[in-house]
Amino acid sequence: MSLLIHLAWTFALLSVLAVGGGTAVLPEMQTILAHQFGIDHTQFVHIYSVGQLAPGPNMLMVLVIGYQIAGLIGAGVVLLSFFLPSSLMCFYMGRLWNRFGENPWRRSIQNALEPISIGLMSSGVYAVAKASVVSGITLALALVTLYLILRTKINPVLVILGSGGFGALLMAYLK
Amino acid sequence: MSSQIQDDVQLAKSPSLGDLFIQFLIIGAVSFGGGIIAYERILLVEKRKWLSEDEFMAYLAISQTMPGLNSVNLAVLAGDHLRGALGAITATLGLIFPGSLLVLGFGMIYASASDHPSINFILAGIAAAATGLLVAITYKIGDTHWRHVKSLAIIVCTFILMSIFKLALPYVILIMAPISIYLYRPGQTQ
Repeated sequence: MSLLIHLAWTFALLSVLAVGGGTAVLPEMQTILAHQFGIDHTQFVHIYSVGQLAPGPNMLMVLVIGYQIAGLIGAGVVLLSFFLPSSLMCFYMGRLWNRFGENPWRRSIQNALEPISIGLMSSGVYAVAKASVVSGITLALALVTLYLILRTKINPVLVILGSGGFGALLMAYLK
Repeated sequence: MSSQIQDDVQLAKSPSLGDLFIQFLIIGAVSFGGGIIAYERILLVEKRKWLSEDEFMAYLAISQTMPGLNSVNLAVLAGDHLRGALGAITATLGLIFPGSLLVLGFGMIYASASDHPSINFILAGIAAAATGLLVAITYKIGDTHWRHVKSLAIIVCTFILMSIFKLALPYVILIMAPISIYLYRPGQTQ
């Protein structure tokens, strides 16, 4: 029970800190999960990466983390605690907004939060890269993906599956 | 926003909760590989005309300013606009339902197979590509911020506090938010 409460508190806090979207809390999530819940960096990056294959909001992979830690109940607890607090805040802000309307400070706050969120996303890139780019081959796959996504219109899911398929081929070759 | 109520397009009347759920469920099921905000815009502004362009942009701005995922926040706001609190819950559940099922399926396979060495090769390939994708997304979202000195300074300071000094996220935000808001206070240029 105390594990579930700990889990709920952790993801609720991450929820309200997720300025500019879920990617901003990736490094913090990775650190907390490693220190307090025994999910190591490699496991975390695997879960994060496989989660990118699913449709819908890109942080649904938190469900898998909940599942790993405390089974289906854990997944439910994480889903609620990660999505409910920020959604409630947004809900009430939307209603306040309709009452008070445009204000120069809102634009300022949004402009101010954008670069912070990009900085946090960069930290997210760094945290994920440290655990996933571990060899010449993985570096090459990451760079090819980056190129394909910036320069072509191929759906990212296909690129990720292709890269996984390449991993499988490599395995067959090395056998 | 009240001035926009009589926009030149006559907005459609409120949908039923069932319709709202199904429409967001479709987005939640087809948005493989991201771009979910674009799907939401097509649904809300073009396909069903539930929101005017101005209303959509205003809600998108709130979604981006508030914590949480932009796509989920947008579903909350659009759902509330159309059908009140129940609408907000309905739209959000529709959006996250298909992906949640799929992700849980992955999770169960992962939990039972992650020790298998061959799975690890596939996962390593997937993780490398996901990293490339994340770099691309960060680069695109950063957009013009990478070229403005003020933005870049805040990006770099945030990164250093988070990744080099390894401060906990609440402290990083407590330090950077006041500085950044001061630098971007009303009346300042970009």
